[in-house]
Amino acid sequence: MSDIKIKITDREGIVHEVDAPTDMNMNLMEIVRSYELAPEGTIGICGGMAMCASCQCYVASDHELPPMSDDEDAMLAEAFNVKDNSRLGCQIHMTEDLEGLEVELAPES
Amino acid sequence: MIKTDILIIGAGPTGLFTVFEAGLLQLKCHLIDALPQAGGQCSEIYPKKPIYDIPGFPEVLAGDLVNNLMEQIKPFQPGFTLGERANTIEKLDDGTFIVTTNKGTKHHAPVVAIAGGLGSFEPRKPLIDNIKAFEDKGIEYFIKDPEMYRDKKVLIAGGGDSALDWSIFLADIASEVTLVHRRNEFRGALDSVEKVQNLKNLGKIKLVTPAEVVSVLGAEKLEGVVIQKSGDNAEEIIKEVDHFIPLFGLSPKLGPIGDWGLEIEKNAIKVDTFDYQTNIPGIYAIGDVNTYPGKLKLILCGFHEATLMCQSAYQRIYPEKKYVMKYTTVGGISGFDGSKKEAPKAVVKAID
Repeated sequence: MSDIKIKITDREGIVHEVDAPTDMNMNLMEIVRSYELAPEGTIGICGGMAMCASCQCYVASDHELPPMSDDEDAMLAEAFNVKDNSRLGCQIHMTEDLEGLEVELAPES
Repeated sequence: MIKTDILIIGAGPTGLFTVFEAGLLQLKCHLIDALPQAGGQCSEIYPKKPIYDIPGFPEVLAGDLVNNLMEQIKPFQPGFTLGERANTIEKLDDGTFIVTTNKGTKHHAPVVAIAGGLGSFEPRKPLIDNIKAFEDKGIEYFIKDPEMYRDKKVLIAGGGDSALDWSIFLADIASEVTLVHRRNEFRGALDSVEKVQNLKNLGKIKLVTPAEVVSVLGAEKLEGVVIQKSGDNAEEIIKEVDHFIPLFGLSPKLGPIGDWGLEIEKNAIKVDTFDYQTNIPGIYAIGDVNTYPGKLKLILCGFHEATLMCQSAYQRIYPEKKYVMKYTTVGGISGFDGSKKEAPKAVVKAID
């Protein structure tokens, strides 16, 4: 297993191209935190349980993502700034299929 | 004025366990929390989720952990100021502190322990332009006194347990209850969803889904809202209401504590790992709210930090006393309520 490259646009609009390991059981929210692309305490508040929507992001590339769980779906139904391409970063696990993934972090709420 | 030895800000697991460790040192505690119940995130966000890394508990539900902690600290009779947020702190000439909440409740203590987690939970407010103008003038984010809705037209927005539960509760009080949610599906206890279904069938709750409140109307106070209905029957509905209650959950904000002159780094309070004291002597920070090299935001780390913090707090309160740590197995537990727990004494008896 190797690293994949993904493009993350932070809340200030700055694009970061980062290496994401696929062999460390990490999700997109954790990648954002590991590179400190959003201030601590503003992302991943619930720790990755799909219960706070602080890691909401918009998926800009047309990668096939894992289907939404009921939890994620319900959380997004209550979050703000939700678009058709909204997902919760904590529910997107880093796999080799996601090479070249492009996402934008949703505003803090 | 509430007086105590250690004033704990935040009644999550770390704050609660502090009461126990302080109690062993015969120090009294009082806790302040912005939420109406103890337990912090464990109670508010994930009470039904399991935790696997509490030592000695192969698996424990977050809600049960809180219940256990409450039971464990009961002998030490902690005081609680719940539903209020610690707003200001004042250091007196004698080195003690006065902490005042947003409702004006004053607390006086020689030691303040901030166990605030990620901050105080504030309601998540929908993104509606003039919503602020009507706060407390028809728009409320918490329901404090259900009686204020008697015979009023109420509109609740949200799709979780609190939106469902309050719709059910207010159906008997308000003259009209409308529930607006962005989806047709609700996420809540099955029982509540069924109750809402029944009340809808009886005409006691009006359900508008999938829809969203997009603007609020009124002059001096709230008079109505504009609901945008989506899906096949997309339309804009102007609805006359006396109250609009958006219930979109809570999100933690460090809040006023950030202005107390404490050294902050990455939304957390910097501490010395010797005793978890902040840059202001007498103010400690423990649990998820603090940061130091190697910090891990784990409940079990919060317990450790609370334990060491209490030792330092003891020395601060009684600088002349020497304290030698005693195992609870040896010393037992003497509650402030007069209760006493101790290991049963071994029986000494000769065998013939």
